[in-house]
Amino acid sequence: MSNILIQVKNLSKIYNEGKSATRAVNDVSFEINKGEFVAIMGPSGSGKSTLMQILGFLDKPTSGRYFFEGKDTKDFSEDELAQIRNKKIGFVFQTFNLLPRTTVYENVELPLLYNKEKNNFFSWKNIFSLFGNQKKEKIMMALSAVGMKHRVNYFSNQLSGGEKQRVAIARALINNPEIILADEPTGNLDSKSGIQVMKILQKLNSQGRTIILVTHETYTAEHAQRILRIMDGKIIADEKVVKIRKAQDGEILK
Amino acid sequence: MRFWNPIKISYKNLMTTKNRSFLTILGIIIGVSSVIIIFSIGLSAQKLVLDQVEGIGSNLIAITPGASEESGPPASVMGISVTTLTYDDLRAIKQKRNVPEIEYAAGYVLGTASVLWKNNNLNTSFSGVTADYIQVENAEIENGRFFTKEEERNLSRVVVLGNKIARDLFNNTNPLNKKVEIKGQKYTIIGVFKERGSLGFGVSNQDNSVFIPLFTAQKLIMGINHLGFIRAKVVSTNLIESGKNNIFKILRERHNIDNPANDDFSVRDLASAITVLENITDALRYFMLSVGSISLLVGGVGVMNIMLIAVNQRIWEIGLRKALGAKIADIFSQFILETLTVVWLGGILGIILGILVSFLISVIAGILGYEWKFLISFWSIIVAVAISVIIGILFGLYPAYKASRISPMEALRYE
Repeated sequence: MSNILIQVKNLSKIYNEGKSATRAVNDVSFEINKGEFVAIMGPSGSGKSTLMQILGFLDKPTSGRYFFEGKDTKDFSEDELAQIRNKKIGFVFQTFNLLPRTTVYENVELPLLYNKEKNNFFSWKNIFSLFGNQKKEKIMMALSAVGMKHRVNYFSNQLSGGEKQRVAIARALINNPEIILADEPTGNLDSKSGIQVMKILQKLNSQGRTIILVTHETYTAEHAQRILRIMDGKIIADEKVVKIRKAQDGEILK
Repeated sequence: MRFWNPIKISYKNLMTTKNRSFLTILGIIIGVSSVIIIFSIGLSAQKLVLDQVEGIGSNLIAITPGASEESGPPASVMGISVTTLTYDDLRAIKQKRNVPEIEYAAGYVLGTASVLWKNNNLNTSFSGVTADYIQVENAEIENGRFFTKEEERNLSRVVVLGNKIARDLFNNTNPLNKKVEIKGQKYTIIGVFKERGSLGFGVSNQDNSVFIPLFTAQKLIMGINHLGFIRAKVVSTNLIESGKNNIFKILRERHNIDNPANDDFSVRDLASAITVLENITDALRYFMLSVGSISLLVGGVGVMNIMLIAVNQRIWEIGLRKALGAKIADIFSQFILETLTVVWLGGILGIILGILVSFLISVIAGILGYEWKFLISFWSIIVAVAISVIIGILFGLYPAYKASRISPMEALRYE
């Protein structure tokens, strides 16, 4: 069985704004294996965010092919893509993106609401989920994986930035996805909280989960096993990290 | 699960914008309550009118001279004097073996004359009637008595006064046994009717009229031999049709008519008048209902407006939900359900308000002296709820569609 999770071939994304076309991603090809921790690194405007949006099925490429788990994703419908986002991908955003005035519990629950067996509303799974025991267990497990169990009944806006990001990671984990896609997860955090987040990501990777980290900081990127350097929409380097940084408490993330 | 969650989400969103939600709901509240109020008032007014008409007697049959022009008015209404109906016709109708359904029947002639007492002179209408009048019309005597069968026939110069006439002519004096002058002749007052109030609908106002025996009116005042019309009272309402048939039979026989097309009289009953009234008031009610529904429609447009604003304000949230795996249908149903929640809530409050106001109107109408019954149509509630649900879905469609088309990329738009 192939160990390749993601394979992109000659991927391009062109934005047409008025007369000038911008090649945000320009003829990119690479592979990512299961269980890898990859950092996509580049300065702002380099196209790394666009690449992440395509990899996360939030956007479609203009040309090129994207194989996910060996399947060509070109002809997937909007709802099929939603299904993949829900079950296979856990997003961690720079601005956390938690629903305000909503509890930690409900925020983590959110992807579960959209994780339904297709067209069988009356399936046993759905009927049992009404009683919520299984669901609650799942949510508590995800929260304890990020050390946020004690805040389960807090409202999201009562949390600090670092706590918010950890809740966001719990939300990303809830459907047991193949990949965690983290877009500048430490960008809005102080260094201490940033270290904690990186520590959690490394822990998840050591448990076998694939992680794609988008960042513009070399230091943060060095927590990954492999760095894809991107510039002007092209990959300029694909290198293994020789000395992987271990995120530890007490360390300061610059 | 599938339905509960969107409702929970809607509730939360409604609560976070309480004022706006209330204003949104207000349109629906006003719409729904106006439908219920209009329906209730319509129903009560209809009942009031029909009760009054039935008060005259739904078991009355009217026989007028002249052919019946389809369902149009009889010729006599047009001021054409038709002389085909006579006292002997009345007597024939009253015969039990001819028309067994009839309990009482009275002949009428109507005219106007001035009535004089001392220096008081009143121009008023007079009715020459037979002794059965009092039973046929359910009239009641306040003072004295009505005239007898003998007085009906022997040209007695007696008169019974309507209540208002008595008051206008005599003020506080007791009119009994006084003599009034009508067309130069003195009549003895033998009785005064109780006040009856206006009945409207073409029924002569008893309070403003004086009543003299039929023959006296025919011979001494008018110089005629025919009757203006006959009113007959059947034993019970369900006998009206067979009574009418028997009247047709005996009158055709007496007038030597073989072909019904040549009838020189017409027979009507109040039941058909009531049906006509019902049709008219129903039509009015539905007209008002449609006006009320327009206000619901306006309320619906308001809801759509607010929902569109809500969609615009929550682009980020919708984008996030989609990024986390919400399908088009998930977002669509969430917004439809949100609209429905708003409208449904408005509907419930509108029903309560509508019933309350209708009740208040009935209380006020009662104080003003109308016999106003508080009636709420079960159907008006069903209609109001159905319309508001339809409006919720209809006016929720577009905002929900717009919401469902929002790109998951919006979740990444950093502010």
